[in-house]
Parts: sequence; structure tokens; C-alpha cells
Amino acid sequence: MKVLYFAWVRNAVGTGQEDLQPPAEVGTVQQLLDWLADRSAGHGEALADRARIRVAVNQAFAAPEDPVAAGDEVAIFPPVTGG
Amino acid sequence: MIRVQETPFDPGEELAAICDGGTAIGGVCSFVGLVRDMPPGSLSAMTLEHYPGMTERMLAEIDRQAHDRWPLEASRVIHRYGRMEPGEAIVFVATASAHRQAAFESGQFLIDWLKTRAPFWKFEETADGGRWVDARTEDDDAAARWVRDRDQTIA
Repeated sequence: MKVLYFAWVRNAVGTGQEDLQPPAEVGTVQQLLDWLADRSAGHGEALADRARIRVAVNQAFAAPEDPVAAGDEVAIFPPVTGG
Repeated sequence: MIRVQETPFDPGEELAAICDGGTAIGGVCSFVGLVRDMPPGSLSAMTLEHYPGMTERMLAEIDRQAHDRWPLEASRVIHRYGRMEPGEAIVFVATASAHRQAAFESGQFLIDWLKTRAPFWKFEETADGGRWVDARTEDDDAAARWVRDRDQTIA
């Protein structure tokens, strides 16, 4: 699974991309965020307030209960501020 | 037509290009978003980060919805990324239709939706370092005005 981080989430985690193999019990976006939050202090800080986090799975916005699987591209970022 | 680019663009040239799109066009509406320095002297530059791939995908989806909802002859959406200084153009949206109402409404729809759906993030460079710009609830409210049942597909 390719996990991408953008904006201040990337700053807090310390990298823009990780190639990861989450355990089999990680089946949803919410479970992935819970698993990622324990990877480092930076991950924990970035993911502490889920109201400030948005997730895209394979480049489409995803909800906490949406599925994730090996081979997916998952992006984690703050609410967007373009325009 | 969608473009995502780092290089500057000329809003006048872009407006002229869409106006030149055929004699079925009766009206063109345009919006240009600029890097703002407010209060004056507070911002040295702004850097826009984006998610290559998803950005183009979301802009194409938003543009397709505008064409589904209004009888448009043409549309043009340009969004820059990278570092820009105050006064530079960030985003350009223009819509062309036989009548002005469709052009006005679809142009506002496009800018409202892209502000809440296109994966861009603004970082402001200031005298004390810099900060990531927070999303504004007003932008969500502006986009929500356009929600009808079938818009839920990209909600």
C-alpha cells in the first residue's frame, strides 16, 4: 500500500510517502489511521485530531468506514485550501 | 478545458481564447483568483502544494458536472501550483454560454466547488516563518449551496 501525506500532515509525519504493509485486520480507512497513528510520535501528532484530516483512496475522497486494501494508494491531508 | 501548471498564465489571453470559441457563444463569465497581501506587507509569498493526479481528476469531474447542469459552449479552468508572490494569478475560471445566466451560475459553481474539492493547500511565507492556511467554513457553505442529490457522488 502506498500512503501519501500532504501539507502540514507531511511536515508532522516527516515524509511525503511510505510504502507499507498494514496487518490483515486493517480493512477500513479508520482502522488504517488508527494503525498509522502508532507508527511514530509524528504520525500520532498528525492524526490526533481526525476532524482536521481528510483521506483519499485511489484519488477519490473516502469516508472512515470505506475499505482499504493492499495495492491501494491512500492519501492523508488537511481540508483543501485551493482556489 | 482543464490545466494544472506551475508557470504563470495571462488572464487576458485566456479570456480572449474562450471568447473566440464560436458564434454560438452569447456571453462569457470569468473569475481570477490572486495572491492577496492583507494587511499590506504581511505576506512575502505563497506556495501551493497539490496532489498530482487527483487534482486533475477532481477538476475534470467538477468541470463535467458544470457541463451537465448548464448549457455551456465552453469552459476553462486553470490552477497553478508552486511559489507565487502577491498580485500573481492563482486560478482562472471562465464559462461560455448562449446566455449570461448559465455563464454566471456555472462559473460560480466551478470556483465554489474547486475550493472545497480540488486537493490544493496554501502555505503562506511571512516575516515570522510561515503557516499553512486553514480551510474556511464559509467555503464549505458556498459549495453546499450547489448540492443537489446527484452532487453527492463527489461529496
